[in-house]
Amino acid sequence: MELEYLQNYWWLLIAVLGSLLVFLLFVQGGQTMLFQRFTESQRTMIISSLGKKWELTFTTLVVFGGAFFASFPLFYSTSFGGAYWLWMLILFSFVLQAVSYEFRRKPGNIFGTRTYDAFLLINGCAGCILLGVAVGMMFFGAEFTVNMGNILDHGSPVISRWAPTHGLEAILCWKNLLLGVTVLMLARTLASLYMLNDIADDAFGARLRRQATINGAVFVVLFLAFLAVLLTQRGLTQTDPDTFRWTEYKYLHNAIDLWPATIAFAAGVAAVLWGIGATACRKAWRGGIWWAGAGTILVVISLFCYAGFNSTAYYPSLLDASSSLSIRNSSSTEFTLTVMSWVSVIVPFVAAYIIAAWRKMDSVKVTATDSAH
Amino acid sequence: MENLVEVVDWSRWQFALTAMYHWLFVPLTLGISVIIGIMETIYYRTRSRRWLAITKFWMTLFGINFALGVATGIILEFEFGTNWSNYSWFVGDIFGAPLAIEGLLAFFMESTFIAVMFFGWNKVSPRFHLAATWLTAIGASISALWILIANAWMQHPVGMEFDPAQMRNVMDDFWAVVLSPVAIHKFFHAVMSGWVLSGVFVTGISAWFMLRRRNHAMAISSIKVASAVGAIGMLGTLWSGDGSAVDVARVQPMKLAAMEGLYDGSCRQAISAFGILNPDKKPGDDKPAFLFNISIPAGLSILATHSVDGFVPGINDLIEGRAVTPAGDTVKTESYAQRIAAGQRAQNALRRYDAARKEGDTAAMTQAAAELKADFDNFGYGYLQSPAQAVPPVAVTYYAFHIMVIAGGFLCLVLALTLWGAFRRHDLLTKRWYILTAIASIPVVWICSEAGWVTAEVGRQPWIIEGLMPVQAAVSDISAASVQTTFWMFAAVFTAFLAAEICIMTRQLRKGAETDFENEK
Ligand code: HDD
Ligand code: HEM
Ligand code: HEM
Repeated sequence: MELEYLQNYWWLLIAVLGSLLVFLLFVQGGQTMLFQRFTESQRTMIISSLGKKWELTFTTLVVFGGAFFASFPLFYSTSFGGAYWLWMLILFSFVLQAVSYEFRRKPGNIFGTRTYDAFLLINGCAGCILLGVAVGMMFFGAEFTVNMGNILDHGSPVISRWAPTHGLEAILCWKNLLLGVTVLMLARTLASLYMLNDIADDAFGARLRRQATINGAVFVVLFLAFLAVLLTQRGLTQTDPDTFRWTEYKYLHNAIDLWPATIAFAAGVAAVLWGIGATACRKAWRGGIWWAGAGTILVVISLFCYAGFNSTAYYPSLLDASSSLSIRNSSSTEFTLTVMSWVSVIVPFVAAYIIAAWRKMDSVKVTATDSAH
Repeated sequence: MENLVEVVDWSRWQFALTAMYHWLFVPLTLGISVIIGIMETIYYRTRSRRWLAITKFWMTLFGINFALGVATGIILEFEFGTNWSNYSWFVGDIFGAPLAIEGLLAFFMESTFIAVMFFGWNKVSPRFHLAATWLTAIGASISALWILIANAWMQHPVGMEFDPAQMRNVMDDFWAVVLSPVAIHKFFHAVMSGWVLSGVFVTGISAWFMLRRRNHAMAISSIKVASAVGAIGMLGTLWSGDGSAVDVARVQPMKLAAMEGLYDGSCRQAISAFGILNPDKKPGDDKPAFLFNISIPAGLSILATHSVDGFVPGINDLIEGRAVTPAGDTVKTESYAQRIAAGQRAQNALRRYDAARKEGDTAAMTQAAAELKADFDNFGYGYLQSPAQAVPPVAVTYYAFHIMVIAGGFLCLVLALTLWGAFRRHDLLTKRWYILTAIASIPVVWICSEAGWVTAEVGRQPWIIEGLMPVQAAVSDISAASVQTTFWMFAAVFTAFLAAEICIMTRQLRKGAETDFENEK
């Protein structure tokens, strides 16, 4: 197989994993609701409903990282080592999450249930916003340089170097933050839709329906703002292996050139809007999560396509354009990508058992009489 | 980077901290999931309420433990990028693959079925539930397999070549990476030692029930399963530990020398059974290596070469390039000074290659590439200033190894005794001295297991990839203060959660002691 095909294939797989991750962030979105004014029994239902899903989101994040490492190691090396604080804060918030579900109600947990709930809230907000920031850098760039030759410099051997703020500057960039907050509102919307579907309780259902409508409306406004910024943003085009050129309206060009992605994007947006809108209007309908979820996946895949395909630098360097990362200059070798492509044959099987287990587990809906785990 | 040394040291401490915390939880996951699988299988066959209650009891402890395994694991994976970013590029083409495969093959399996295992009792059929329990256990072992393949590759890099144009190593033989004997031994050793650890854990807690005279029948049943799994684990651990020792002798002789505090090796080399190292000893001087030492004649030759007459080189032999043939003749091998010179030649050739590539001078590129290839095996040595830098911390490696072996011997006895008590003489299990020994074995098995990793990892120093890349060339361009800060953040958070976990576990044990296992629903 040819290297370029493999690179494209793996970028698409990364896009799929990334989009699943964004969809599954509904767990984080739900966690941000724990301190809203709900009754104790409603809070318990929230936890029961999210508690059986959080590991899936968590594992998707881990596998997203692993797959990125195997297919585009230069990204792994540059972004993680450079935006150190950004990633560390993300990781911390996930450490807090991993113990909280298991420990929060157990006797002897030292810190008390409310503390663990606060951890979940922190993970909910920080996880969504900071992951959004991390993805934002794929469009809005970051301050780094890459020079392989450094590896022979014994006093200072690191090949990729970053601004001294190490990722904090990315968090303060308003464009990245805009995407982060958009992701947060999307996650809260999806959480409301998911719980509406999973919890059989009429009074709570009505509350969730209102939550979905309000969060959904805010999300749509933020998303349109993000889209406006993105389509007017300049980006880097790779002209030959070592050169990148700034192009005005790069992502608008990509949206036109990559028209199949744009069709998917439009379909995704329509599905999300339908999921939110129909939930608001049709009082007995609980299927919004499937529409909004599928739409989210389509939109995120298309965004990754805009970021990486059409000779675009998916990690533009603001300090030195030629240091930017593209799917051509940052990937593993043809050999490794081929091996990994064979491994990817099992993806459908993995997806199949996840879906089978999900359906079995959700066939019994959560009710107020369930005890929280 | 003005403070390179500090960044490297803090990054090492941070990785050691997270890995060692991770390994507090992982071996229990590996073993107890199998024990629970057996227990639930018995329940499935007999439909006995007691076995259901027993299964659920150990499953609760498993869940509490699992949460922290996951929390520490995610940090480890991303730390390759955050703290060892040069490494991630230099060998990412090879090292990333097992990590990704682990995620795809194992983590999804584990996390999907563990949810069924905990929340599915009333939602899925008993058969499906049993399958989920076993799939969780299998998932844990698959995850161990791939991460240990990755780790084995760092101890003994195979299946790759260096690409000077990209200045990185690229994979050229996937099966060589996967089927490396170092990886196979490591996998069995780590998983089987996880069975030992879990067997000892379940036995120790059951013994505590005996002490409180509670739930005698439940305790005996649990001990039966646990001691069988523990004993099988022990046999596997001994077999693969032996295999690991031969591997180390072959591919990391310097590590073996440090594990034994051996400076001047010989044929029929004795092994140190118990000793106190001389803290003033340095390579090349003539001070005694030990202040006190009890040794077994020819033991190390047998362990490392499976032959009484095998020659085992010491630290000085390796540095000076000396070996003894089976016929007894001393021969010259490559000294470390020569290796350093070769490594520098390789690095200079790479510099010339890079310059020629930028100028488009293909003739010079071919020339430089050939020179690089000739000396590439010693590439990493080019980063060292003196042969002494290639010696790992001898004291840590020596004591860690001996703690593991001595503790392992003790656990062997405990398991043999437990097996006998469980299947032949139940009254033995109620004896106070036995109960106290079984309880005391719980911390011992954890110390044993951690000591094994300290041996493996500290003994690998200064290399992050044996012979190819020393730790100081592997780091990220961050400040020592940043790494120091995250180190303390992790130390605080993990310690707080470990304390919470231990408190929760003890509460569950007291609750377990009050439970009526015969009549639980
Ligand atoms: C011999 C076994 C073994 C070893 C040496 C390691 N692990 Fe591990 N790891 C496991 C066996 C395991 C496990 C038993 O399979 C865990 C415990 C909880 C889980 O989901 O899997 C796990 C969890 C776990 C997770 C969370 C998985 C999830 O999302 O469910 C990550 C990211 C890692 N590990 C990564 C690592 C890395 C980068 C290691 C190397 C330094 C490492 N592990 C050493
Ligand atoms: C889970 C069990 C493990 C434990 C307890 C453990 C322990 C340690 C310790 C103590 C160190 C510090 C050594 C030193 O700097 O002196 C270390 C370093 C390191 N280990 Fe492990 N280790 C484990 C598994 C692994 C695995 C499976 C891998 C790779 C896949 C790995 C990769 C590393 C790396 C990259 C470093 C840092 C670089 C270095 O110091 O060489 N470790 N580990
Ligand atoms: C008594 C006989 C034993 C022998 C001869 C032995 C041998 C070894 C050797 C040579 C290593 C280093 C491997 C390397 O550096 O690559 C090692 C590592 C290790 N040992 Fe043991 N061991 C024994 C018992 C145990 C026991 C009882 C446990 C735990 C219950 C244990 C746990 C470990 C672990 C976790 C490692 C690190 C993983 C690895 O490198 O495979 N060992 N052992």
